[in-house]
Amino acid sequence: MERKSPLDLNLEQFFFDIAGIATFTFRYIGSLFRNRFEGREFISQCYRTGYQSLLLIGITAIILGLVLTIQIRPILAGLGAEAWLPNMIFISVVTEMGPVIFALLFAGKVGSGIGAELSSMRVTEQIDAMEVSATNPFNYLVVTRVSATTIMLPILVFFGDMLAFFGSFIGLRAYSEISFKLFYSRAFSEFYFSDMFPATIKTIFFGFFIGIIASYMGYYSGRGTEGVGKAANAAVVASSLVIFLIDLVAVQLTDILTF
Amino acid sequence: MENNRIIQVSNLHKSFGDKTVINGVDLELFAGENLVVLGKSGTGKSVIMKCIVRLMQPDAGTIHVFGTDVLKAGEKELNRIRTRIGYLFQEGALYDSMSVRENLKFPAKRNAHLRRLSNKELDEIIERNLESVGLIDAIDKWPSELSGGMKKRAGLARSLMLSPEMIIYDEPTTGLDPYTSDAINDLIIKIREEYKTAAVIITHDIKCARRTSDRMVILNDGKIIANGKFEELRAAPDEQVKLFFI
Repeated sequence: MERKSPLDLNLEQFFFDIAGIATFTFRYIGSLFRNRFEGREFISQCYRTGYQSLLLIGITAIILGLVLTIQIRPILAGLGAEAWLPNMIFISVVTEMGPVIFALLFAGKVGSGIGAELSSMRVTEQIDAMEVSATNPFNYLVVTRVSATTIMLPILVFFGDMLAFFGSFIGLRAYSEISFKLFYSRAFSEFYFSDMFPATIKTIFFGFFIGIIASYMGYYSGRGTEGVGKAANAAVVASSLVIFLIDLVAVQLTDILTF
Repeated sequence: MENNRIIQVSNLHKSFGDKTVINGVDLELFAGENLVVLGKSGTGKSVIMKCIVRLMQPDAGTIHVFGTDVLKAGEKELNRIRTRIGYLFQEGALYDSMSVRENLKFPAKRNAHLRRLSNKELDEIIERNLESVGLIDAIDKWPSELSGGMKKRAGLARSLMLSPEMIIYDEPTTGLDPYTSDAINDLIIKIREEYKTAAVIITHDIKCARRTSDRMVILNDGKIIANGKFEELRAAPDEQVKLFFI
């Protein structure tokens, strides 16, 4: 099955891709339990997708916490509700902003990388070479990458949340004499660990679909160097769209289940 | 002769959209034989080979390899057939995230009959194969450090890892200078003698065809228009065939 042309804005291509991604997902699940797990490649992918994204997520997270605090503080101060600032920032970052923003960054960095890499392997016949030597390129290339993104994104988001929290403290500290202990106690005063579950489950789905979509776009990319660029581009665009769709569904589900 | 048949392709058809690339091709390969498929670029030589190892699905026709219908074979059966076939891709198709050693180790580590070997035994096979293709000095180099000819030789060494009974060479001399082309042609002959393999060599290089073929077929407009030994075909009166020898 070869994609006709990634990012073609026609209805036929859209449904072709939806069906392709669904088939790809079932194939991943089947492969995960049926075939030998490529442990070394999985660890290598965890390193590439997770560890090598730490700096990007870390810097963004600190800036996110800092900027949110600097912008919201005067508004809350005007309402006499400055004491609520740590709690408000923490809840908004952990439940919504952190997962979505970090997932979008992850899609841009890791998704495009996976799309381009697999597409390039397709163009240079490396995937064909694996197939004709009776090895399983899907198992080696796709299962490891999707598993790595599924596991690493929640860890990165947790790491980013903590740094955003720290960034927020720095932002507030610049304007007041608040101690870290007080900031911490206010941030967690109305926050329960159960609040983290929907966000964590959401990020697992974000990571999974970033991996699946990027792998699909690369694995079935068009031939030639143009195909590589299109696969990378399509991986980011489609993943970003799916992140918002999953977020929308997750918010509705959380709302229904909470009440 | 019948029992020695490795490949039997019958009435093969393949189109891409409106363009018919293969139009009723019949092809046979026998044990120990070097068969050259000669044809201009874009005439579907590679398509036939990709159908033989089922990287592509033909529109019609049958393909038997080692007596098994490849197009009806299940995954395990297909993989068993593929382990008996070596495939040298046009650009070598080396895995660029692995060194030459790792490239050779990759298929071996994932196939049942070699998986049980110790790393030392496996390294010995890798070194022997690289010595056969004259590339032992490049064992720890990366594909990006190799020239075009070296990549092809490394790709050939990798395809020998599973001790294939036949090898498919996809344009082995394309893009190489005359000196390196000669070296690759010599290597194809050497590999046949050393490893007792049959081979299908697809090429548009008449010099390569002359040097390496026991028998050759000429592909034109999706059909085989001539079949025989090089010298017989060169002396053929058919104008269409003569064009390939000019």
